[in-house]
Amino acid sequence: MDVLTPILTDNWDAERAWTLASYESRGGYDALKKALSMSQDDVIAAVKDSGLRGRGGAGFPTGMKWSFIPQDNPNPKYLVVNADESEPGTCKDIPLMMASPHTLVEGVIISSYAIRANKAFIYVRGEVLHVVRRLQRAVQEAYLAGHLGTDIHGSGYDLDLVVHAGAGAYICGEETALLDSLEGRRGQPRLRPPFPAVAGLYASPTVINNVESIASVPSIIANGADWFASMGTEKSKGFGIFSLSGHVNRPGQYEAPLGITLRQLIELAGGMRNGNQLKFWTPGGSSTPLLNSEHLDVPLDFEAVGEAGSMLGTRALQIFDDTTCVVRAVLRWTEFYKHESCGKCTPCREGTWWLTQTLARLENGQGSEEDLDLLLDQCDNILGRAFCALGDGATSPITSSIKYFRADYLAHLEHGGCPFDPMASTVFAAEGASA
Amino acid sequence: MPLPQETVAELEEIAARYPQKRSGLLPMLHLVQSVAGQITPEGIEACAEILEISAAEVSGVATFYTMYKRRPVGDYHVGVCTNTLCAIMGGDLIFERLKDHLDVGNDETTEDGKITLEHVECNAACDYAPVMMVNWEFMDNQTPESAVRLVDDLRAGNEVRSTRGPRVVTWREAERVLAGFPDDLADEGPAAGPASLVGLKIAREQGWTAPSGSASGDADAVPDDKGEAVEHADTSRAESETTAEES
Amino acid sequence: MTVTTGDGAGSAVEKSDLVTLTIDGIEVSVPKDTLVIRAAEQVGVQIPRFCDHPLLDPVGACRQCLVDIPDAGNGRGFPKPQASCTLPVAEGMVVNTQATSAVADKAQQGIMEFLLINHPLDCPVCDKGGECPLQNQAMSNGRGESRFVEHKRVYPKPINISAQVLLDRERCVLCARCTRFSEQIAGDPFIALIERGALQQVGIYEREPFESYFSGNTIQICPVGALTSAAYRFRSRPFDLVSAPAVAEHDACGSAIRVDHRRGKVMRRLADNDPEVNEEWITDKDRFAFLWARQDDRLTHPMVRDEETGDLRVASWSEAFAVAARGLAAAKRKVGLLPGGRLTVEDAYAWSKFARVTCRTNNIDFRSRPLGADRGAEEAAFLASQVVLTGPDGGAVTYADLETARTVVLAGLEPEDEAGAIFLRLRKANRAHGTRIFSLAPFTSRGLRKMGGRLLPTVPGTEATALDALAENGEVALDGGGIVLVGERLASVPGALSAAVQLAQTTGARLAWVPRRAGDRGALEVGCLPNLFPGGRPVSDASARVDLGAAWGAAKLPEAEGLDAESILDALVEGDLEALVVGGVDPADTLQLYGGQLHGARAKKLRKALRKAFVVALEVRSSELTEVADVVFPVAPTTDKAGSFVNWEGRVRPFGKVLESPTSLPDVRVLAGIAEERGRPIGIRSPEQAATEMQQLGPWEGERLVIEPAEIPHEVSASSTSGERTLVLASWKQLIDDGRMQDGDDHYRATARRPVVLVGQATFDGLGGVEEGDLVTLTGPLGSLNLPVRVADLADGVVWAPASAPGFSVRHLVGPAGSTVTVSTLEGGRK
Ligand SMILES: Cc1cc2nc3c(=O)[nH]c(=O)nc-3n(C[C@H](O)[C@H](O)[C@H](O)COP(=O)(O)O)c2cc1C
Ligand code: SF4
Ligand code: FES
Repeated sequence: MDVLTPILTDNWDAERAWTLASYESRGGYDALKKALSMSQDDVIAAVKDSGLRGRGGAGFPTGMKWSFIPQDNPNPKYLVVNADESEPGTCKDIPLMMASPHTLVEGVIISSYAIRANKAFIYVRGEVLHVVRRLQRAVQEAYLAGHLGTDIHGSGYDLDLVVHAGAGAYICGEETALLDSLEGRRGQPRLRPPFPAVAGLYASPTVINNVESIASVPSIIANGADWFASMGTEKSKGFGIFSLSGHVNRPGQYEAPLGITLRQLIELAGGMRNGNQLKFWTPGGSSTPLLNSEHLDVPLDFEAVGEAGSMLGTRALQIFDDTTCVVRAVLRWTEFYKHESCGKCTPCREGTWWLTQTLARLENGQGSEEDLDLLLDQCDNILGRAFCALGDGATSPITSSIKYFRADYLAHLEHGGCPFDPMASTVFAAEGASA
Repeated sequence: MPLPQETVAELEEIAARYPQKRSGLLPMLHLVQSVAGQITPEGIEACAEILEISAAEVSGVATFYTMYKRRPVGDYHVGVCTNTLCAIMGGDLIFERLKDHLDVGNDETTEDGKITLEHVECNAACDYAPVMMVNWEFMDNQTPESAVRLVDDLRAGNEVRSTRGPRVVTWREAERVLAGFPDDLADEGPAAGPASLVGLKIAREQGWTAPSGSASGDADAVPDDKGEAVEHADTSRAESETTAEES
Repeated sequence: MTVTTGDGAGSAVEKSDLVTLTIDGIEVSVPKDTLVIRAAEQVGVQIPRFCDHPLLDPVGACRQCLVDIPDAGNGRGFPKPQASCTLPVAEGMVVNTQATSAVADKAQQGIMEFLLINHPLDCPVCDKGGECPLQNQAMSNGRGESRFVEHKRVYPKPINISAQVLLDRERCVLCARCTRFSEQIAGDPFIALIERGALQQVGIYEREPFESYFSGNTIQICPVGALTSAAYRFRSRPFDLVSAPAVAEHDACGSAIRVDHRRGKVMRRLADNDPEVNEEWITDKDRFAFLWARQDDRLTHPMVRDEETGDLRVASWSEAFAVAARGLAAAKRKVGLLPGGRLTVEDAYAWSKFARVTCRTNNIDFRSRPLGADRGAEEAAFLASQVVLTGPDGGAVTYADLETARTVVLAGLEPEDEAGAIFLRLRKANRAHGTRIFSLAPFTSRGLRKMGGRLLPTVPGTEATALDALAENGEVALDGGGIVLVGERLASVPGALSAAVQLAQTTGARLAWVPRRAGDRGALEVGCLPNLFPGGRPVSDASARVDLGAAWGAAKLPEAEGLDAESILDALVEGDLEALVVGGVDPADTLQLYGGQLHGARAKKLRKALRKAFVVALEVRSSELTEVADVVFPVAPTTDKAGSFVNWEGRVRPFGKVLESPTSLPDVRVLAGIAEERGRPIGIRSPEQAATEMQQLGPWEGERLVIEPAEIPHEVSASSTSGERTLVLASWKQLIDDGRMQDGDDHYRATARRPVVLVGQATFDGLGGVEEGDLVTLTGPLGSLNLPVRVADLADGVVWAPASAPGFSVRHLVGPAGSTVTVSTLEGGRK
């Protein structure tokens, strides 16, 4: 198996890749035609058999999720694409929709057909204007080409697709908060059960999938479940986009079978910048516990990363070298969670408020080593107590950083502040630019 | 100032896109901003009336999302990502430099009404860090110097292009697109920026590809019952919820 | 989020399915779907909570109620503590609460600590101090000391979210009980969570304050002192207060309340929990309108008219009894009695007996409102044949029936304004069971919309025809388990009550009468009507007279039906009656009853006649009627006596005496005093004695009166004629208005709905150049009033304006409901 396997990214370098003409010239929408000739249940079975697991973070088997849709429920069914991509470090869905929105649109049509939805939504975060434009255009083109609308390609199947821009709230990536937001409400998570598959949008059966999950569907239909399952590891099948950012020489998107290691990826990315040492990294966004250089060879799949004490998440590999102050990094993430906490539940709302203050104190070199225990206890009182996983995520950087980098915290206390030079960790450090 | 009649009609048009009209609220508020330059009481009341909900409910929504502004926004909303990765890669220094250069604080507008400066959270462009956003267009790989040049150009009225998008429109025009009224700029800009293509480029160089479609693999190991799948789900949260569902 | 509709029918069977689980080692069986937090109460464990409220949808937001579930009933446990307020029980489930599980205990303490970090330490000055769930649970389930040393969130305090309700944001724990109540129960989402994260707070939209008729409930269910009322804020501490259960006196709902008093003064009123009646909710009127009994014009001594000066002077009780007795004796049987509709059933019984035994007349009528062209004859027959002696025990319509009914038709009744508890129950019925609600009304009111109801557009005066047509209406489909609720206003439309009876008979729907006042139904039961004796005994029935005469030891009871209220006033004017005993009536109502002409010629005559006649007034506060009376007795308000009301269901709602006040007596005691002086004693002197005697007397078991099938009038000719835009005025009283029993709490009154004139689109267009909200002139038989105009779905030819609003008494200044009116632009085009 080749190290990198461009599938979703394969047409990104094509001339005007975002246009229907370009997409179709490379066989785009053939999968749709094939899907429409299959029965809905066969489409679901193909996705099930492929082993595709959700690419939005939690890794739930996509085909199984679809099969939970109760087909005897008289309400309309809905497909909602989670294009809110806001998890710090995660930056794969946005370039995908920018470069090849039709991959997603085709996936939406096939997926909606499979679950028998006649209305689908792409909920895209609002802060990416050009992506919104490209999606709007792609949908418009798809309607004109008869891929959307009524009686699609004479199949008798109808589908309407609405591009819906959010308005700035990380929590709206959480699927039930997304549904409330899509219903025109404050984006606060809903009580489960009922699960969206039973009572989601407008209390009707709803499938919510990540952009990359849905975008992977056309390739599965085109090439077969076995093809997909031939990539990846035993329980983490297929390929995924790995997003490298931070202190590597060539940050960017690397599409590879699940199970590739960070060591391989850093190598592909031209190594750490300036030959510096890897200090810490996130395997799947800031909500996944930090790992360090001991974990360079952990296969990046759901199981192995889990065993290493973190989560594969969204394969958002934020890479920090030894110029970086982990306390500063963690404080900033914590401020993010505080800013993005929806406010619904006590532990997340109040906990992130308190964590931020305690961490800020430590960063200033105030406090004592006991404060680390206090931080850990606060995290313990949030983790698994919060209403949704945002609260859990907020604790990940803190507990993992104290686990691996207690010394950095203590150094702040000894030093009476941060011992690191923030300039040293910037991209323009070498250029000698100054603030 | 009451909203013009055309705007009210467009608000109704947005509401009509959805099976239940309240779903239109977020785009409707974007449209209010495109017309009024911020969320105004008249905008809130118009949305409430069209959607037949209380103004307090609209206000609850308008104050939840950070893109909705309660003070007038300049022609250009300049966002500097100061989430961890961008901050460390230089975002903090860029933000400091711009505050100084523009003589404004966070979420403030320059005296000439041109620029509103705000630090923003991760905008899904980490591979281009440090990142700035101008009216929600990507401005990748910034330095304090490039940032200063950028805002100076904006203030001087020079044409500014997104590094991965079109020429920059005004904030109000941008809000109109977010409301679901496209402008004609989708075809401008590249398909992808350089960082988006690094992996692909290497693959091309190495001749690496995905297996061909005919290749078959062993699909037996796919977890096929819910219990097993759940075991492998990434968060313990998922597990507890599933337990609840079954119980 | 969308509400899922449950199936009302059939769930009774499922509910009886019991689920057995183990909580803290104790096995307990509870109905299926019970939440763990409530199942735990069964074994005596109180799990701490904030957001949970049994009458609100579960939300699981505060996370205070976390418990450990080592076994979810399927052999597998939850890896993390679970919110017990959202988790339904399961067979075989094992629950360990804070009582037995260190994990649960730590989880709860952790949450409590989070809640307290941003909570001010102002318990000593907080209204909730001493009765605060946060304070109490922090003691029982919190850690002793705070580890939080940083900055608390602060807000400039407090903000008025309405004229009556204040919000101290830093005290708020964001449990969202108030916002959920407003949305789910009242349907008035004028408060909402605003902002996000740690800055999330409860807020209003600045131009739309929290003016809900039910706003006070949020204060009561707030688990901290974040919401307070202007009326009670800083007035008292819970440990200084004495609480007494009582029943609200403002409408016929019979809502259970709790009266908190201190040193002889009521400090506040709260909703009491009565699942069969008002659940845990009351209207703001029930909660805040209690100062009326403490106004400066409260009567504190009996008074008699001085023969020399002609002025009222203070008299002793015995002198006043004697003077009253003498005056009544002089009038012989030429006496009329107007006891009003606000009496306890015990006092009403005394009035009824006093009329018959002491005054020997049937000239008694509790109705003090317009009686219509037939002077209330049809209504009296309706009440005697359909309503009296019915009650929950006899299968009459109850609140619970409303909740599960398939269809409810409202006629002449606007529950949100006139019967708040019915409104809430119907709204709940619609939301929970999809009960279909239809209203015969001139327009779709806000209340109707909130009940998910549908309008059956009805021009005032055509209700009889409309009801008649309903039998054939397949959409309304009353035959599938329907209920018809008729309001007292329907009585003013000839044939309408009869049509309702017929409708019920043909469709099998059940019928209930909803009066407006707390004492109306009780007064009916004890015969404060010209055609009825106590216990539903028909005056016209000889055996009933004999039966009652025997029970009362009265040789002979008056045989002829008496005069109705309006005829009593006529007879006074004509000189056919010489004396009037009047009590508990708003003089404005009485005058309205008499053509509404406060200043008109007829009212002038009546005033003159009242001065001439011998008038005995039993009143709490001085009024226009006590001014003209010859003897005035201060009678006790509901707080100062024991008694009971009978609510619209026919349910007896007893309450005890709350305050000791030597300055006034219950009506029964006053009437007994007069009767004894007159030498014709009524044999009872106290509410308790009255109750005992009523008990002994029992209900009439003989033939009931039957209501003669009245002729259903054909469509009344529309009053809108060409040229002059004459319109019919539809009108009723809004909940918060200028009523005397709402005097004293200006904050409360300031939350009244602003009066408007509602017109249909055609009428509006006809006004020309007027925009919604502009003032227009409403002119009726009594005069004109300028009010803002709004468009509603009114039929052409009808306008609506509230009968009353603070400062805008449409019924007195323009005309009563049913008047012919005009709407015109302001003279000179002023807006
Ligand atoms: C706080 C939070 C933020 C999330 N943000 C996203 C997001 O931006 N995009 C996404 O696809 N999933 C996000 N998720 C995961 C979604 O809840 C959900 O699991 C996912 O959309 C399901 O799609 P998948 O099965 O295709 O992965 C988030 C979850 C949480 C708890
Ligand atoms: S953990 Fe709680 S406050 Fe945080 S985002 Fe989830 S529900 Fe909202
Ligand atoms: S009482 Fe259970 S979460 Fe609030």
